[in-house]
Amino acid sequence: MDSNTLTSIAGMLALAAPLIFAVIGETFTEKAGIINLSLNGTILLSAMSGFVTAITFNNIPLGFLVGGAVGMLVALIVAFSSISLKQSQVAIGFVLALLCRDLAYFIGNPFMGSPGIRVSYLPIPGLVDIPYIGPIFFNQNILVYASYLLIILATLWIFKTRPGLMLQGIGEKPMAAYTRGTNVNRLRYIYAAVGGFLVGLAGPMYSLSVKVGWKGSLSGLDGLGWIALAITIFGAWNPLRAAIGVYLFVFLQWLGMVLQPVLADFPSQVLQVAPFPLMILTLLLVNIGNTEWVEKMLAPTPEAFRRAVKKLIRIVRSSPPGSLGVPFESGK
Amino acid sequence: MKIKTLLFNIGFRVLAIVAAFLFTVLIIAAIQAQPIEAYKNILLGSLSNGQKFGEVVRAWLPLVIVTSGLMVTFTAGLWNIGVEGQITMGAIFTTAVLRLLQDQALAPGLILVLAIMAGAVGGILWASLAGLLKIVGGINEIFAGLGLNFVADAITLWLIFGPWKRPGVGSMSGTIPFKDELRLPTLPGSPVSIWPMVIAAILVLTIYIILRGSYFGLRLKAIGKNLRAAYLKGVPTASYMLGAFMLCGLCAGLAGAIQVTGVHFRLVPSIASGYGFLGILVAMLVNYHVLWALPVAFVFSTLNTGSIQLPIVMKLDASLAGVLQGSLVLFVLLLEGVRKKIMGKAGEG
Repeated sequence: MDSNTLTSIAGMLALAAPLIFAVIGETFTEKAGIINLSLNGTILLSAMSGFVTAITFNNIPLGFLVGGAVGMLVALIVAFSSISLKQSQVAIGFVLALLCRDLAYFIGNPFMGSPGIRVSYLPIPGLVDIPYIGPIFFNQNILVYASYLLIILATLWIFKTRPGLMLQGIGEKPMAAYTRGTNVNRLRYIYAAVGGFLVGLAGPMYSLSVKVGWKGSLSGLDGLGWIALAITIFGAWNPLRAAIGVYLFVFLQWLGMVLQPVLADFPSQVLQVAPFPLMILTLLLVNIGNTEWVEKMLAPTPEAFRRAVKKLIRIVRSSPPGSLGVPFESGK
Repeated sequence: MKIKTLLFNIGFRVLAIVAAFLFTVLIIAAIQAQPIEAYKNILLGSLSNGQKFGEVVRAWLPLVIVTSGLMVTFTAGLWNIGVEGQITMGAIFTTAVLRLLQDQALAPGLILVLAIMAGAVGGILWASLAGLLKIVGGINEIFAGLGLNFVADAITLWLIFGPWKRPGVGSMSGTIPFKDELRLPTLPGSPVSIWPMVIAAILVLTIYIILRGSYFGLRLKAIGKNLRAAYLKGVPTASYMLGAFMLCGLCAGLAGAIQVTGVHFRLVPSIASGYGFLGILVAMLVNYHVLWALPVAFVFSTLNTGSIQLPIVMKLDASLAGVLQGSLVLFVLLLEGVRKKIMGKAGEG
């Protein structure tokens, strides 16, 4: 492996960091039973507000704080309207996806093309000198390290702790959790807020690190939120698998760039969207096991074959939390 | 009592409109611009003369067509977010037929009819794909649709820069414009054509009748209310859902065909102009009533057309129209929740 390859692999990890935050944030929210469909607008609005805050006060951490707060606020609107007002989560989320995008473009207009500031590199002494691994994983900025940490902590939190078990409970069988004394709706608010904050951090991660600056509709961020939502499904509401989905997506994008000179007849815009049809195919793969007709078709096949197929389906398939998108009422 | 309820409901709608206006005024003021000046420019840019009014109508008709198609999928409880790609695919199919037949010795009127029909086919195909992915593949229609939107955009770009590129080098300005005979004839002194008006009128009426008075519409409603129950009662849910997708795709494809033959006269990137998503907003705002969509879509088109000149006149971003439209729908939905809550409490007490 030459140093160019190492640099591009390291670059992919950096490119993946914001999506990791968005996808794991949404995973938390959906695990609790709430769909926040607003991601595409949230990321744009938090990218713009984080950027504007950071350059106005010359303070990068403040930019991230504001970006996270914007994400939290939007998520709380979704949570409030669905939990307290019993309105459709999908409808509110969709409106917010469009509204926040337009707000970002409108408010950010005067700041378009302002010189940006960027989160600086922070190679980890010692670790960076390990051959191959060092230059790839440990010659990054703090955000990328945070993305590794987030994958690990989120996985441990959901699957290895008591509160994580409770989180799974309110998303799967809220009534059962309620009878055990859990305040389902309060927890849903909390996880919506936390998830929204993580999604909100993804914005400044773009505008202050990966794609520094604000260029309005030319910022190249429109669409990423929708991708994050698709990867959340691909990830089967498991942070580790979601992270793999993000890395896969970023790898495909990188492949598109690398193949550009080879396929000179193809406009670059086409290769940039190449991951989407593949995304649909993978979603097909992970969802098809849930359909009734597959079950029916397997019924007359020999026992051993059926078992093998079912095992395969169980590995790739992705079933949503049982009460995803269903408002909870204790029946009082 | 009934009148009181009605006034209560109207009051909440008015409140939502006022809230949305106040919100946008605050946003405009926040970036140190003049709110009144901005609204004045939107009105000047849309309704100040016959030409501009014509442009509003020209943008209104495809939006109406798309919105009425969306009423069908919404009735079946489906979120056809792929509508944007269905418009695009309609535009691509229309362009393909126009390019194929433009040098043939056929009457231009016939070529136009064939091209518009091809657009409908394109929309139906793309919508069926989303429908099949949902029904057969088990993929949520929102994500299947989103993916297909991106794919449709990519195909457009590939055609514009590849096989259909202008002589020399392809550019973002699209394919070579079609000759005058292959453009929808307009009314004298106006950019408006009678063709899209007729198409819109037929579609709105047909869909109104289907949803209000037909067996198909009734069963679609049952599916939208409770898919499982409808299925258990013997409604062939899969074919009805696919039918809803196809009907919506037909409308979207026709809107795409009109974008090519009556507005741009060629294929351009993002030919759907966001009409699909805008149609979803309109449908939500009118609570899925087809006829109410007509005036609301007109207001939305006025805002869109009027805001085009904001960047030139006031150095503001044209997305102001989107901010107003989005906040309007948001406040209507939120206040609807509040209203139901109050009514529910009043009912209990």
